[in-house]
Amino acid sequence: MTAPRNPWKTPALVLGAALTFAAPAAAQNLVISNWDGYMAPDAMDAFKAATGASGELVVHATNEEIMGKLIASGGKGYDVVFVSSPFAEVLNNLGLAEPIDHAKVPNLANLYPEATTLSYDSGNTFSVPYTWGTTGLCYRSDLVEGEPSSWNDLLAPSDAIKGKTTMLATDRWLLAAGQLAKGYSVNETDAAKMAEVKDLLISAKKTLLAYDDTTFYSKLVSGEAVLVHAWDGWCNYGIGENADIKYVIPKEGSDLWLDTMVVMKASGNKDAAFQFINFMLDAKNHAWAAENILYKVPNKAAMDSLPATLAEQYPNMGMPVADLVKFELLRDVGEAQRDYSRIVSEIKAAQ
Amino acid sequence: MAPALAWLAALMVVPCGLVLALAFFRRGIYGGIEYTFTLENFGLAFDPLYAGIFLNSARIAGTATLIAVVIGYAAAYAIAAAPRRLQPVFLFFAVLPFWSNYLIRTYAWIVLLNREGLLTQLLRWFGYEGEPPSLLYTEGAVITGLVYNYLPFVILACYAPLARLNPELGEASRDLGASAMTTFRRVILPLTLPGIAAGAVFVFVLSIGNFVTPALLGGGRFQMIGNLVYDQFLTANDWPFGAALSMALIAIMMLLLTVQAMAAERASGRARTAEGDAAHG
Repeated sequence: MTAPRNPWKTPALVLGAALTFAAPAAAQNLVISNWDGYMAPDAMDAFKAATGASGELVVHATNEEIMGKLIASGGKGYDVVFVSSPFAEVLNNLGLAEPIDHAKVPNLANLYPEATTLSYDSGNTFSVPYTWGTTGLCYRSDLVEGEPSSWNDLLAPSDAIKGKTTMLATDRWLLAAGQLAKGYSVNETDAAKMAEVKDLLISAKKTLLAYDDTTFYSKLVSGEAVLVHAWDGWCNYGIGENADIKYVIPKEGSDLWLDTMVVMKASGNKDAAFQFINFMLDAKNHAWAAENILYKVPNKAAMDSLPATLAEQYPNMGMPVADLVKFELLRDVGEAQRDYSRIVSEIKAAQ
Repeated sequence: MAPALAWLAALMVVPCGLVLALAFFRRGIYGGIEYTFTLENFGLAFDPLYAGIFLNSARIAGTATLIAVVIGYAAAYAIAAAPRRLQPVFLFFAVLPFWSNYLIRTYAWIVLLNREGLLTQLLRWFGYEGEPPSLLYTEGAVITGLVYNYLPFVILACYAPLARLNPELGEASRDLGASAMTTFRRVILPLTLPGIAAGAVFVFVLSIGNFVTPALLGGGRFQMIGNLVYDQFLTANDWPFGAALSMALIAIMMLLLTVQAMAAERASGRARTAEGDAAHG
């Protein structure tokens, strides 16, 4: 996922982050890098109160931003980083990720069994899942006729909603919409199949209002757009403002996205880093993410503790885990990432 | 001299040298840098896809420049023709937008132009009931944003030569029977051409490398070279290719600035001659 957004919590956290930057870091401080607003604003204080270990939070805007820093520095300067699963895989392949010491993270027991056997890292050897979810269609049920049911409702929209749709521009999700519509894997790299995906997405581009990764739900609220390509959690922000907004997973399916916590091999403070992960996996702390950023968390104890009203207001929060893990996880595609970048450039440059 | 040279070396030569050096290496499989020498990044920059993005950026920047010059020159002319004590006030208003952040000025256009924006509300207030016009996320919106943001550069660049212009030159031209149009075309315009060129090069150079305006006002549907460079560094993690594209962009900018400086040099020489002739005549 890209940056999560909680309109209420973010400003406080930005201020918090700014203050943290201003204070000189003590040598023993943990350095945690996370998306802005992706954990409780008082999490670091609560962590210190619970364990005695202090830490500071730095924020990154995108996976790519933090990856650039980690690769350039060999992982030095950070103890725990939050990245999406394909990037955790890369960190592991580069030898930058510390193996997870399960004995030091007893709260791993809170995870759903399904979250411990995911294909990218079965057995949680180098990463710990933090949030997960789907990518689908978010729409105004009062302004769209009928219920959208297919990726083609977005990629080849009816005349009535042409010019009122948006798509995600982050390469993997942009491509996934086309890959799923064509019935291909979200990790497909075959050149001929990807050429079909490209053509489909170029024709879809002509019908779009805009590409939008960050404000699509506000466009739905204002009525500028009526059907948008969205991460489930972000659609919830729209639903929170207008109950006519609904989320649907197209019949061709979704990807399964997963954000994770990774301990850096270069960390000089690994025990405290594992303590931090254990702290985040505590049912109460992990439930904060579900309740406040409206993302599903792979923590059974946390999900079970949520008030029933949450899933009533935001139906995708109540999605059964068995259904969720049926979808294909985004994987690191290695050298093919270069082809993906080029295809995305071609789509964006197409007139 | 020494502090200036040190400043240039530390803030210009070294960073540019680093970017240039980067362009000759390969992207590692996971986005790092593999230190093997290659020229393929420069070859790739001339690939039809990316060359096309360069040309398209040049076309958008060129259109913005043309519009900014026409509006900016007219505004500068009007300011220069206003009573002398009012001129600083008008100039102050012309550059006032610079006091606010570029992003905020760009967001203001989103508020104005979006389908449910102020413009639509104004239309509805006048009784318009049809489908609201789609103004935002178009090439026109991108060009509007560029013109709006860089217009003050043209006004300032054109105002200086217009204000300095000796009014007797115009009078002499009209005395000799030239119409107002001819006077403008043959006397005023040539003498203020260096200002126009300076303003135009500013707008063009700033526009062609811009990535914020196409991203926000174009809704990501218009890829300019600045966006491509941004994507290489921050999305694709292909720093060497991003560096090669940046170098190509810097080369274009340097070429234009050099041509403009040479033209200005020649024009100021001519202007001195013309002023001299007028004074003698």
